[in-house]
Amino acid sequence: MRFVDEFRDAELGRVVAGEILATVDPSRHYKVMEVCGGHTHAIYKYAIDDLLPENVELVHGPGCPVCVIPMGRVDDGIALAQQEGVIFTCFGDMLRVPGSNGSFLDAKAEGADIRMVYSPLDALRLAKTNPDRQVIFFAIGFETTAPSTALTLMRAKAEGIENFTVMCNHVTIVPPLRALLDSPDLRLDGFIGPGHVCTVVGARPFEFIPADYDKPLVVSGFEPLDVLQSVQMILLQLAEDRREVENQYTRVVPYEGNLKALEVLSEVFELRPHFEWRGLGFISQSALKLSEAYADLDAEERFGVPGVRVADPKACQCGEVLKGVIKPWECKVFGTACTPERPIGTCMVSPEGACAAYYNYGRLSQEREAV
Amino acid sequence: MSATREGREERVLGIIETARAKRPRFKDAHITMSHGAGGKATQSLIEGLFLPAFQSESLRELGDAGAVEADGTKLAMTTDTFVVKPTVFPGGTIGELAVNGTVNDLAAAGARPLALTVSLVLEEGLSADDLRVQVDAIAGAARAADVQIVAGDTKVVERGFCDSMYVCTTGIGVRDPRADMSTGALKPGDRVLVSGPVGDHGTAIMLARDEFEIESQIESDTCSLWPASDALMESAGSSLRCMRDATRGGVATVLNELARASEVAIVAREADVPIKPAVAGASELLGIDPLYVANEGRMVAFVAPEAAEAAVAALKSVPGCEEAADIGEVKTEPPGMVLIETAFGGKRVMDLLAGDPLPRIC
Repeated sequence: MRFVDEFRDAELGRVVAGEILATVDPSRHYKVMEVCGGHTHAIYKYAIDDLLPENVELVHGPGCPVCVIPMGRVDDGIALAQQEGVIFTCFGDMLRVPGSNGSFLDAKAEGADIRMVYSPLDALRLAKTNPDRQVIFFAIGFETTAPSTALTLMRAKAEGIENFTVMCNHVTIVPPLRALLDSPDLRLDGFIGPGHVCTVVGARPFEFIPADYDKPLVVSGFEPLDVLQSVQMILLQLAEDRREVENQYTRVVPYEGNLKALEVLSEVFELRPHFEWRGLGFISQSALKLSEAYADLDAEERFGVPGVRVADPKACQCGEVLKGVIKPWECKVFGTACTPERPIGTCMVSPEGACAAYYNYGRLSQEREAV
Repeated sequence: MSATREGREERVLGIIETARAKRPRFKDAHITMSHGAGGKATQSLIEGLFLPAFQSESLRELGDAGAVEADGTKLAMTTDTFVVKPTVFPGGTIGELAVNGTVNDLAAAGARPLALTVSLVLEEGLSADDLRVQVDAIAGAARAADVQIVAGDTKVVERGFCDSMYVCTTGIGVRDPRADMSTGALKPGDRVLVSGPVGDHGTAIMLARDEFEIESQIESDTCSLWPASDALMESAGSSLRCMRDATRGGVATVLNELARASEVAIVAREADVPIKPAVAGASELLGIDPLYVANEGRMVAFVAPEAAEAAVAALKSVPGCEEAADIGEVKTEPPGMVLIETAFGGKRVMDLLAGDPLPRIC
């Protein structure tokens, strides 16, 4: 497959792995956080860990859109979905995220009309073909997916489609990173930057990381060679005593981001004063809601939601996993009470969640190599 | 990572494997779409509810078809219901699937298909022309597979109570004396063969549903696998340990089921799995692994190492199986697990799917 296979070349991978080995200081331990769940998934899927020296540790970050949704929001979504005449739509991996009383999939089995869509535009299309029903789209994701929600809302408004609304759960990546860097739990040496968020916001918003926290960040693509090369670039910065934002993903990410997308975002959304993150608690100005001009397309405004805050299950340590403080297998319920088929925490649901990725792909240690 | 921490990880993984090896229990309050997806939820339904209730020796084997013996004649029986949407798709129709699906379950069990029954559930308002198309497709596929349709049933339900039409077929076949197969027969060193490129059917259906607006030339691979089964038995004889028709859940699910049944490990080599470029491309876009995508005309066979080369050659001589390949090997450790060597050079677990809400594909 052109433009894909080139970035999965095993031979080149070994070359970069050799360069990494030549760059690291064998006497020290490196902790590098991949911010984005897409990277977590790629790291496990391609077993990139296998190619890194033992003293380079990859730590999973908070950038999995499904993982950061708190239980209360799922409950609110289900309450909307159960209203008479509603068709409730969301992305596939959101369906299995547990609320305090079951998941969307459970609510669907109990009779709510919940449908999986692949794009917010599919939800808008449903609204057009079902004019007598109210179609709600449960929007999730970082700045990567927010523009497609924004464009859909703009189209709905332009076409005067009145039976379409959005329950907005879009979040932004910088505030949780700042919260993470301010927390004393974790000592990190550098960041693999979220490539797809950066296609929208650019690399500039991350300059505070070298400036204020003296750590390197390399914006990275999602193919195995991209990730390896980004690790090498971070290690090289450390070796040369540089701290910068660098862009490995130049084939997709312009340093200034996508100005059109940013314009659309600022028209349709505004910052919420605060938003609850799964396991991380309330973080101020970390999420988006529909702006004044689009308030009539806001499902929360139109229908009202219970808005009850639900504490995370006691046993669940998703917060620590999201912050990279513990590895998935260090969680008390990992793999026993909490499994992909019966998840307690969100990190076990999405393929981008650190726990699901580790359970599905990584659950094999060196000593139990196949013989 | 320190030695003690590694030891702890090891212990945690041990606990998980013990939990995983236990027979799955069916504890859900409702049937969700996951129970039909062929992954872990389906497994919990079959092993946690059906097997204990039906108490049948033949069923416990969890083969593609059950063994029945009548006055010394060894028969195989199987049944399958088809609810695919849309009912006509590139490369096939629900009618063809219904015949080939049941024929293939028999073929995978090493049984020459003899006769089928066909039951139709039709939705009020279904156009007669659409029905005629499917009846012709059923007749055509039965002729091609050389099986008789010997009985049938028709039910009509009110509009909205079924999605245009569902088809159920039941098949009976004679178990071939050359076959000596069992799901528990895999031994370390055995090779894993596939009869052709994987993922065509499921990808064709997903794209035919028009939800992605991707145009493609991908066609379903639906066909009778009896010729492939015949060629494998002829070539490998008793060295043929087991065959599986890689339908729902794809090749990855077959490998997991067999690794569990035989208490062995299976290591597949990603780079050796034949996948058509268009299927690889579509899967890439959709974020789906073709190894988990359904096939309707692909056999997975497990053969003793000394018979593997000849078995691949025999498969390749069967029309439609020209791209048959040796894709992996049976190992000892870790038992019950499937690993895949990625083309990038790492190795990882390839587990059963945890029940993604996939569209109706068969």
